[in-house]
Amino acid sequence: MSKGIQFAKFSFLALLGMVLLSGCDNSKYIVLDPKGPVGQQELHLIIISVILCAIVIIPVLAIFVYFAIRYRDKQGNNAPYQPEWDDSKVLEVVWWGIPIVIIAVLGVFTAKTTLALTKPPVKDVKPVVVQVTSMDWKWMFTYPDKKVATVNYAEIPAGVPVQFILTSDAPMNSFWVPQLGGQEYTMPGMSMGLWLQADKTGTYFGSGANFTGKGFAHMQFKVKAVTQDEFNKWADGVKKNSPALTKAGYDKLAKPSLVKELSYSSYPNGLFESIVDKNGGKYYHHMSNMGDSKSMSDMSGMDMKKHDN
Amino acid sequence: MNTSHFFVTGDPMIYGADVSIVLVTIAIIFYLSYFKKWGWLWREWITTVDHKRIGIMYLLASLLMLFRGGVDAILMRLQLAVPNSHFLASEHYNEIFTTHGTIMILFMAMPFMFALFNMVVPLQIGARDVAYPFLNAVSFWLFFIGAMLFNISFVIGGSASAGWLSYPPLSESQFSPGPGQNFWIWGIQISGIGSLATGINFIVTILKMRTPSMRLRDMPLFTWSVLSSSIAILGAFPILTVSLVMLTIDRLFGGHFFTMDGGGNPMMWVNLIWMWGHPEVYIVVLPAFGVFSEVVANFSKKRIFGYGSMVFSMIAISVVSYFTWVHHFFTMGAGADVNIVFAICTMIIAIPTGVKIFNWIFTMYRGRITVTQPLLWFYAFVPTFLVGGATGVMLAAAPADYQYHNSYFLIAHFHQVLIGGVVFGYLAGLYYWWPKLFGFKLNERLGKWAFWLWQIGFYVCFMPQYALGFMGMTRRIYTYNATMGWDMGWAPLNFISTVGAFLMGIGFIFQAWQIIYSIKHGERDVTGDAWDGRTLEWSIPSPPPVYNFAILPDVKGRDSWWYQKQEMKNGTYQEQPVKYEPIHMPKNSGIPFIMSGFWFVAGFGFTFEWMWMGVVGLIGVVLTLFARSFQYDTDYYISVEEIERTEKALAQKRYASVQRTAN
Repeated sequence: MSKGIQFAKFSFLALLGMVLLSGCDNSKYIVLDPKGPVGQQELHLIIISVILCAIVIIPVLAIFVYFAIRYRDKQGNNAPYQPEWDDSKVLEVVWWGIPIVIIAVLGVFTAKTTLALTKPPVKDVKPVVVQVTSMDWKWMFTYPDKKVATVNYAEIPAGVPVQFILTSDAPMNSFWVPQLGGQEYTMPGMSMGLWLQADKTGTYFGSGANFTGKGFAHMQFKVKAVTQDEFNKWADGVKKNSPALTKAGYDKLAKPSLVKELSYSSYPNGLFESIVDKNGGKYYHHMSNMGDSKSMSDMSGMDMKKHDN
Repeated sequence: MNTSHFFVTGDPMIYGADVSIVLVTIAIIFYLSYFKKWGWLWREWITTVDHKRIGIMYLLASLLMLFRGGVDAILMRLQLAVPNSHFLASEHYNEIFTTHGTIMILFMAMPFMFALFNMVVPLQIGARDVAYPFLNAVSFWLFFIGAMLFNISFVIGGSASAGWLSYPPLSESQFSPGPGQNFWIWGIQISGIGSLATGINFIVTILKMRTPSMRLRDMPLFTWSVLSSSIAILGAFPILTVSLVMLTIDRLFGGHFFTMDGGGNPMMWVNLIWMWGHPEVYIVVLPAFGVFSEVVANFSKKRIFGYGSMVFSMIAISVVSYFTWVHHFFTMGAGADVNIVFAICTMIIAIPTGVKIFNWIFTMYRGRITVTQPLLWFYAFVPTFLVGGATGVMLAAAPADYQYHNSYFLIAHFHQVLIGGVVFGYLAGLYYWWPKLFGFKLNERLGKWAFWLWQIGFYVCFMPQYALGFMGMTRRIYTYNATMGWDMGWAPLNFISTVGAFLMGIGFIFQAWQIIYSIKHGERDVTGDAWDGRTLEWSIPSPPPVYNFAILPDVKGRDSWWYQKQEMKNGTYQEQPVKYEPIHMPKNSGIPFIMSGFWFVAGFGFTFEWMWMGVVGLIGVVLTLFARSFQYDTDYYISVEEIERTEKALAQKRYASVQRTAN
């Protein structure tokens, strides 16, 4: 490979890196443009990992290109030739050592962030609970505090930690709202918690991330972050103007189909709990966090806690 | 069951496939009959137990599957090139990506790897065959039949559509009724048994069949990589077998291993399949590391740097690979402690891998590098794998993974390491050992075209996918609407990515052309040492005689052929007196082929849940095993006279060509 081609390749990679980095302030790269503390912490870790990797990659690439050019077998190349040189303890210690240090540093940051994300992003605000059920092929959100339900969109108050409680009444999916923070699986028979928070009002893109069959591509939804007042007003509006979700209505909704955004003024008592139980939750009570106030109090340590009822 | 369910109908592309399958079959039958080749095909290939021929058959099959998997990839990229495309319907798209993943890993990468095992390992260690030649043939035919069973699903019965790892409950009969998912289970199950047997075969071959003077620390690094990969196979594939049996029980006999109703747990499947699936990716990449070790040393005309730490790092990778599987589902909501442990184990894998890259680069240091086709692929590998490895470390940071998981960032990462590591590595191996197996080199000019098309295509295809991941595009969606495509920026990048896929496709066509062209016009090699090699395989003629080594070589250390050549040049080499002895060889057998035929019957029966047919197939399998156990006449000796005749003919051929070039 000629010098020129090597150089072209290297500059192409460098250029690409710049394109991606310049995307940080470009709103299209939504993962890199978080609007809440959870996404912010994850972005922080992403940046740390990129820097740590770059510390190794860039010099290695440079050495590689240099050697490829320097020791090429061509006429007039008087670079030293040592065919028997095959060992250097010093060099080996260096390149076992550097990656170990880098992984250790990254490991510490990873552990810290992992632990931090199991707790509510802010301590002094009372969290909101939103129960999320993935179905074939739609998302249902139930609000245990407001007793209203929505399909394919969620409203949350900005500046308030939201405990999303996730389950599935269909194959496993994954609940992902990139600008608020990372995703978590929704699984039949289990209900698990995910803390997210929006700092700014706005409408955020969300989607299912784990494949669930024919209608999977259409499982996108909006999360609307509004002020606390608007949130209360919205819930009252839904209570007044929307139809109720009956048991029969739910069964119909749960059948495989695509639907638009829907709102319901109420839903059957214990709907979410019954969805978890009927899909196998009855065998796995220890894997269930129903988001009720009783288990909320000891939620802070872990994603999943024993559901005591 | 009526025929409209048996044959897949309703899609013009499927009818096209039907027609081409029939035409190709007729053409093959006509060719074999017209040129009276049936007997030749049976005697020389179908019943062969010669590891070199089995290797060639693996190679052919895997290139065929690379084509098939590549066409699937291009169909998917075509569908995603523009928003709101109606080129493929959702179900069809789902079937294609399931097939693409399954084929590329299990029916392309695995057989390509086994092709290299078979073509190279016995020659590198101075052996006349593998430890269990009959079992080797069984392994090949099990793989082949499994692959065929999986492939016919597109035209008969319908294909699997639950993804290449088929997570329950989606893959259970409730959500995936019909034969599609069963095709997936049985295709993989049958070929997986073959893979496990190959792993065992090569562990024993390497440990017990080396030429007596070769110590473990004299073994070439490719052989070491095969050993570490085979050990990983030994641990991983039984898990796959058992998981598939459990899913079969769920689907066919109403079990509840992976359905929550009835007390099963889908996460158990996810854990099991990745306990196989994650070691699996190291299984396929380790031999590529072995190839690069041979290639970079050979073309730098230098000893490999840091042999000891190269071996240690390979063993370390194959061990640590068992403690990383949870990184495929950090988002399952396990406790923080679990995620931290598996995040760090995953990052740890990067350390030995990184060390290997340093060692390769320092093998080049103070060498004399000739840039040949195999080395080109090594050059391409280094930057690709460095970046792919870095994005792997990024993915390993669990909380950051919450943002990458199942997005196009992940897709870009694993294609970068699997194409950059595995495919580039195997292609390097293909170009490197091709002259050994076939006696001619592959054309350089066409090879360079293919190389650059692959390289440019690769970056054009996958770099935009990292960006798409940051834009929130998730994997496995068959379409996106125009608003999303333009507002969220997905459409232009998807289009660029599709262009890249086509470039790689054209690169592959160049390679096919290169092979066909070189069969007639490729540079012939009669020295047996096309690259001025260092290891034992280059000390015998190309292609090697059926017994490989007339006399088992005497090895004095690493790179022994290189040092022998040096001594020959200096005149210090002492010729040993040649005394041939009769060589013990295994006889060909039709039983592996017939047994696999019965496996096909069994697999087909269970796929359609025709239990009688499945049972008949299994009885056939047992009967062929019985038949084999009563075969006593399974080996023969090659006489000293015949060895002398063969060796003389080979020497004459070499001499004649030296004369020709001298004139």
